[in-house]
Amino acid sequence: MRIIPLLLFAVITTALIVVLDTKLLLPAPLGKLLSPQEGIWQNAEPADEDFSADLKFSNLEGKATVYFDDRLVPHVFAEKDNDAYFIQGYLHAKFRLWQMELQVMSADGRVSEFIGEKGLQHDREFRRLGMHFAAENSLREMEKDPKVKATCDAYTAGVNAYIGSLTAAKLPIEYKIIGYKPELWSNLKTALFLKYMSWDLAGGENDFEMTNARNFFSGEDFSKLFPEIQDSLDPIIPRGTIFPAPAIHPKAPADADSLYMSKSVSYIDHIKPDPANGSNNWAVSGRNTQSGAPILCNDPHLGLNLPSLWYEMQLSTPSFNAYGATFPGAPSVIIGFNDNCAFGFTNGGRDVRDYYEIKFKDETRKEYWFDSAWVPTTFRYEEIKISGQPTLVDTVAYTVFGPVMYDASFSGKRTGNKKNYAVRWKAHDASNELQIFTYLNSAKNYSDYLTAAVHLQTPGQNIVFADKQGDIAIRTQGNFPAKWAHQGDFIMPGTDSSYMWQGMIPQEEVPFQYNPERGFVSSANQRPVDSTYPYYLGNVYPTPRGKYINRRLAELQNRAEKITPQDMMKMQTDNYNIFAEMTRPIFLNNIREQDLSADEKKYFNLLKSWDLRNDPGSMGTTVFVVLFDEFKKEVYEDEYVNSPDYTMRPQPSTLMEALLKDSAYKFIDNISTPQTETLADVATASFKKSSVLLQKAQAEGKLEWAKYKDTKVTHLTRQDAFSRLHLPIGGGDNVINAARNDHGPSWRMIVSLTEKTEAYGVYPGGQSGNPGSKYYDNFVDKWVKGEYYPLWMMTTGEVTDKRVQYKMTFSR
Amino acid sequence: MKFIISLLLTALLSFAACLYLPWWVIAPVAFLVAAVTGLVPGRAFLAGFLAIFLLWATLSFKMSAANDHILAHKVAQLLFKTDSPYLLIAITAFIGGLVAGFAALAGAFTRKKPGTIA
Repeated sequence: MRIIPLLLFAVITTALIVVLDTKLLLPAPLGKLLSPQEGIWQNAEPADEDFSADLKFSNLEGKATVYFDDRLVPHVFAEKDNDAYFIQGYLHAKFRLWQMELQVMSADGRVSEFIGEKGLQHDREFRRLGMHFAAENSLREMEKDPKVKATCDAYTAGVNAYIGSLTAAKLPIEYKIIGYKPELWSNLKTALFLKYMSWDLAGGENDFEMTNARNFFSGEDFSKLFPEIQDSLDPIIPRGTIFPAPAIHPKAPADADSLYMSKSVSYIDHIKPDPANGSNNWAVSGRNTQSGAPILCNDPHLGLNLPSLWYEMQLSTPSFNAYGATFPGAPSVIIGFNDNCAFGFTNGGRDVRDYYEIKFKDETRKEYWFDSAWVPTTFRYEEIKISGQPTLVDTVAYTVFGPVMYDASFSGKRTGNKKNYAVRWKAHDASNELQIFTYLNSAKNYSDYLTAAVHLQTPGQNIVFADKQGDIAIRTQGNFPAKWAHQGDFIMPGTDSSYMWQGMIPQEEVPFQYNPERGFVSSANQRPVDSTYPYYLGNVYPTPRGKYINRRLAELQNRAEKITPQDMMKMQTDNYNIFAEMTRPIFLNNIREQDLSADEKKYFNLLKSWDLRNDPGSMGTTVFVVLFDEFKKEVYEDEYVNSPDYTMRPQPSTLMEALLKDSAYKFIDNISTPQTETLADVATASFKKSSVLLQKAQAEGKLEWAKYKDTKVTHLTRQDAFSRLHLPIGGGDNVINAARNDHGPSWRMIVSLTEKTEAYGVYPGGQSGNPGSKYYDNFVDKWVKGEYYPLWMMTTGEVTDKRVQYKMTFSR
Repeated sequence: MKFIISLLLTALLSFAACLYLPWWVIAPVAFLVAAVTGLVPGRAFLAGFLAIFLLWATLSFKMSAANDHILAHKVAQLLFKTDSPYLLIAITAFIGGLVAGFAALAGAFTRKKPGTIA
């Protein structure tokens, strides 16, 4: 034996293994990752993969069969409801496990566990918002209902049955790359997922920005910049609707004017849901359709991600038969249809998250001043595990309002003060949101829809409905606080119960429409009602899309031919920009053409000859978008130059409407120059500035709208290699086809409620969450082109249909 | 002959062991095979290297080809910023070969120098 070379090469080998098995030296454990029998190669799904299988689980109550069609959409036929949910859990996990767990870890403030310290800001934010607290409250309510509990238990068991069958080699690729393992699922995780959706859809507020704006501007300027209702509003429930007298009369505290309106805070840069989370939905009455049956359409606008938020499936049992988009993470069909009706959602966008400034007795935070007494707080100890570091215990004080989200120990990237702000969020309240979906999945008529709808408390949604009896309806559903004017627009004093929410708007006063005279119902996140509605609704609703949808539906109804599903497809992917229709004249009438250079004139002509459609190849769209952006800056930047960093900005429609009414709009003048600027000065100056940017875009070959906008569907880790980039799709803000850069129609669905349902749908993703599967992103191109797949509500008589590719049986 | 036997034995045993054990079990396998077959160190390295290089190249190529290289295109970009499935296969094979080669080299030194008497 030659001990020295033996030891030397043994050490070299060991060192090599350590380097290749860990991230000590390399950015990834290359040996582990690339070893063919354990690493990523195992995720290279054969192109001809056979998904058929015979599976046995002792949790099942009966027999079930799943037929996968040529798009890998599973059609689940189960003898028992609970088995259908078990299989749904199993399939969600089989095809989407990593994303399901990531969303829940993110909701729970646990991303530091696997990405280390860079997740800490996010984790503290979500824990302090009380996401876990909210999920626990909901779970308690959900589990009180034996049927919902059984549904959740079955779903959880299904997810865990799949996780139990996983070997290290079969882990989703993201676990291998990041280097962690899935945990078992639980009903609490389902509740956390639903809270994540609540955060995404009903977590938005601008209380700090609005408070800054309120403090910075004079009262008169403030109301000019942030009007409550825009003239161009065409509300969900048409103007002129008579509302019942209010049951609750929220009373502003006596000191509101002096105390509430004069408070001063500085901004906290917290994580906010995308303010563009919105959607379109509408239903047209059978009176106006070619088939004589109602047609329902829905396209929720959300972040565009891979794997997609949605997973398409059919669930069929003796008690219900539903098809549509499901959420990996929760049982039931979320947006879809059954044999009798169809249902869809858009976001209500009401402000259900408010802040209260808390006065603690001392640094221990054990007591706070409330209604003239020191009241004890309770504490929640948030143990945040951080990969590669010791666990951090974040102690969060809970008050009568809710958790103290921001305080001396956690201020995010706060500038300035060390004050304490408690958050009151409707999503903290116990509620049983899952029930609306289990009810809708088996709803037969309008009365079933109504029974289902009232269960939705948070996030508030405009729920559209149509059925085969010919009914159409929409409800601006939710459990919303009845607020006095401006309550919760700004940060409120937390020392006095008179600033608390005084009650919830009763369900009888939730605005709705049922078979309206005008022959259609619609919503696009606009303010639900006009000013005659007796409750305060805030002022942050987008207006243009809803206006155009209503106009377009009226046009379609008034033409000679009746409406077909194909008309609806064309409308759902319509790129017409109604905001530009209203705004462009301001530019065309005021820009001084004679002051423009030859190059600038070229862009001006593009704007002038633009057909107002945000089509992929349109250059006029790019000119308009760049110009409006520059124009907004030119108008307001001088007023905001000394404002706190984060101060609320007016909505684009506010500026447009102000100028249409009054070309001498106060903010036109640049207050930092001695002379008084006119609208023509400002419009011309912004056009010249825009031209510089447009020239740059043109030099980069990005003058065409789709190239300029550069829509992408990104993998949840933001890795380009797993994303779909540079998609040639039109649309954008204020357009029905709301495809922006990383956000847009996440599921387009059209359902014609003829005797045999005729339905179409598409989402920008694919059924498999595995980047190594050909089913990972195979719907994206169709979505880009504005095309649809027929949605197949399969029957048991069709098991030999040639669309059926694989068969999975489930039994005990 | 000894070389071919070493190579085949290392490849076969590694394949079997990797069905149940972590990837780096190729090192003890290559070490043992070299120790038993008694190749001279240089040839032992080569046998170990080639055994796993060929095994991993074959396995990864087969899986990638069946997958129409969908995943390999993406992972090659993710890890090496180069859109080349074959590069990924080559790196896979090289890494495995290197570990097994060094392990075999160490294994060869468990033997006395040829021609010396204990």
